[in-house]
Amino acid sequence: MLLKTLLARLASMVITLFGVAVVVFVIIRVAPGDPIAMMLPPGASDADVERLRALYGLDRSMPEQFLIWLGGVLQGDFGTSISLRQPVAGLVLGRLPATLELSALALVIALVLGGFLAIFGARHRATPLEAGVDLTNGAALSVPDFLWGLVLILLFGVLWPVLEISGRVSPRLDLPFATQFYLVESILRLRFDLTADLLSHMIMPALALALPLAAIIAQLLKQSLKEVLNLDYVTLARVRGYSELRVILREGLRNAALPTLTLVGVQFTFLIGGTVIVERLFSYEGLGNMAIDAVINRDLPLIQGIVLLFAVIFILVNLAVDLTYSLLNPRLRHG
Amino acid sequence: MTQTRRAFLQTGIGLGVGLSALGKLGLSAAVAQESGDLTIAYNVNLPSWDPTTGPSAVNPTIQGIYQSVFDQFILQKPDLTFDAGLLTEWGWNEDKTQVFMVVREGVTWHDGSPFSAEDVVFSLERAAKPETGSPMQFVWSKIGNFTIEGNRITGDVIEYDPTIFKWMSFLTGYVLPKAYYEEVGPEGFEAAPIGTGPYKVDRFERNAYLRLVANPDYWGGAPAFETVTIKFVTDAASRVAEVESGNSLVTLEIPYEEYDRLVEKEGLTGEAHPVSDIGMIFLNDIDVMLDKNVRLAAHHAIDKQLIIDRLLRGYGVPLATLETPEYAAYDPSITFEHDPEKAKELLAASGYSTDNPVRFTIQTTRGFKPKDYEMIQAIVGMWRKVGIEAEIEVYEIAKHYELRAADQLAPAAFYNWGNSVGDPTTSTGFAMFGPSPHSVWDSEDLVAKIAPLWAEQDEEKRIQGWKDVSRYIAEECYVIPLLQYVQPIVHDAGISVVPHASGALLPALMTPA
Repeated sequence: MLLKTLLARLASMVITLFGVAVVVFVIIRVAPGDPIAMMLPPGASDADVERLRALYGLDRSMPEQFLIWLGGVLQGDFGTSISLRQPVAGLVLGRLPATLELSALALVIALVLGGFLAIFGARHRATPLEAGVDLTNGAALSVPDFLWGLVLILLFGVLWPVLEISGRVSPRLDLPFATQFYLVESILRLRFDLTADLLSHMIMPALALALPLAAIIAQLLKQSLKEVLNLDYVTLARVRGYSELRVILREGLRNAALPTLTLVGVQFTFLIGGTVIVERLFSYEGLGNMAIDAVINRDLPLIQGIVLLFAVIFILVNLAVDLTYSLLNPRLRHG
Repeated sequence: MTQTRRAFLQTGIGLGVGLSALGKLGLSAAVAQESGDLTIAYNVNLPSWDPTTGPSAVNPTIQGIYQSVFDQFILQKPDLTFDAGLLTEWGWNEDKTQVFMVVREGVTWHDGSPFSAEDVVFSLERAAKPETGSPMQFVWSKIGNFTIEGNRITGDVIEYDPTIFKWMSFLTGYVLPKAYYEEVGPEGFEAAPIGTGPYKVDRFERNAYLRLVANPDYWGGAPAFETVTIKFVTDAASRVAEVESGNSLVTLEIPYEEYDRLVEKEGLTGEAHPVSDIGMIFLNDIDVMLDKNVRLAAHHAIDKQLIIDRLLRGYGVPLATLETPEYAAYDPSITFEHDPEKAKELLAASGYSTDNPVRFTIQTTRGFKPKDYEMIQAIVGMWRKVGIEAEIEVYEIAKHYELRAADQLAPAAFYNWGNSVGDPTTSTGFAMFGPSPHSVWDSEDLVAKIAPLWAEQDEEKRIQGWKDVSRYIAEECYVIPLLQYVQPIVHDAGISVVPHASGALLPALMTPA
């Protein structure tokens, strides 16, 4: 049953990606901004414009351009970046690990922070402490991630300068890494000096991304916990003499976590989307930062590659969430 | 109770370890500064290491990085004057049918191989080939058929261009290593670029940082700083934080408010000098802009000094033409008065008043240049008082380029124009010559006045000709020049920074104070 679902989802994934490819291809060509006009130097004539247009294949009709691009994609060739003059596939895949590591760290922070606040709020429900949790959630949620980034820069970059403001790793360090997953590799190689340096760069952007998500998790999980904690089996656990914290952690959390899990999956895709602005703010060398440059330069092949990769990530994350939900929910697992 | 105390202790230990780790991380940044590494928070990314192709080749801001690694054919000094670089002599023959260039001897590439006249010819010929994707191919194709005798190069003039040698210190005018480039190819060069410049590339992480080490054999003398780290920090707020926290020792292009605040701080100082970049309003020869009274009134109504004082905190130089005081064809006798009463009279002569205003659209970017949108808002307010009702349309810079190339800009459109060689052809010329895709004012009278100047061989006559054109443009008001921008640079007080009028921030011009 699970395999059948998986195959159906993969088939729909291909159709979705094709749709995304068509839409993106058309939109970025219809949208204002001509990449050739962007690189016109003083003194260029109309003939020079046409020469450059032909060089980048932009002199062909849109359907013709799309078919050429699609043919390349099917062979693993996503084109060449106009501004970076390198194959798009290599560029986006090279940046993907940086964004994934940042997003994963943000997710971990959001889960820990949100989970803590939810449990704390549920433990102290109907007291001023719960109101304090709600107030904290409201504040975290009402401030957008990039603004959190600026606040964090001011606090931990300027007023109390303990964290790095920009970049992914200190330029003075030589990296012995074989992959672009610097954080993972530094841990696996037991190079904790590098891990510390990487974290000193990643904590602020990850926290900026995590805070709104943590607030959502806290709010939803707390609400679910409060509902679950009124059920009979939980009362039974209390009667057995378990402490309230143990009741929440051992009895309540598993059932209350299911709706939160679905939400986290959806929100995680938004979190990845949020990296575009946050990576820019912290000059973090991920996909989001590259995406902004690509848009500024009207680098059509690179925009297409990045958007397609984001689409793949979104689909895979949603698929993973659905599968996990099926595994955790007995009714779906057997039904 | 025991459990609570244990929890408290665990929390305390955790916090202690965390703070200790954070403290260490902070300390490591400070240690890096003390080690002599000059760290610069730069405002743009470096997309490619080929300074002759692609969009980065024509991006003026990136040239400062290129000029740290590569040498241009001809050196340009901070005041925009020219000096011997890799070429020590250059010029035309008597009838201007040939060019000659004398190549500096004793120069080596970063890999230790000798630099020669062949490298110069290779670079010129490569930049002239359309298939390389050089956006400036049309410039370099004007000379060719080079012959080399020792360190002297002679070439034919295919199409006379009086500015050809000025281009040699401008966009794409870089000398690349022939043997190395042919050996490693474009991809290999991108991965490991070498030049003859003051710094060698040590490590490059795209969108993150560039680490340079001094070239001890640099023909102009080894630079003062042994290592330079350029962080690409594209967000202005982050650049402010970088320099304020001491993580970077130099930064540029920050809001003027922040500049004023930072230079007051202990340990920081700054430079704010005019650069070769101006703010202007393109007028398109359509609709109401065909009425000279409307154009002149629109110009007379603008109080440029007030805009500079109130919006740019005094950082700017009001302009009457597209030529700044540093440019070759600047004529201080050309002025344009702020005179709202005269603006009203001109509009009245065309039947307009505050009760019956002339209406048109003005396009502007928002946030592309300092206070661009706010400036246009202020100008629209000044116009309203004399009888001009302008509607503001905000667009992205990419849209501006597209519209300008297609000659479809609104009757008025704000833009900035750089001209780091300071020649009138690359400012007034390309901005106002109808057939140029950069120009939107296409009237025949102006085309007829500019056309003969492109090939004028007498330099004195050529410059005077451009001054006359500037005066004519001001009288007819075919464009509204606004101001010359001032570039803010904030740096550690322990460093001396020499600003370059082109706007390029050059580490080689920085020394310990």
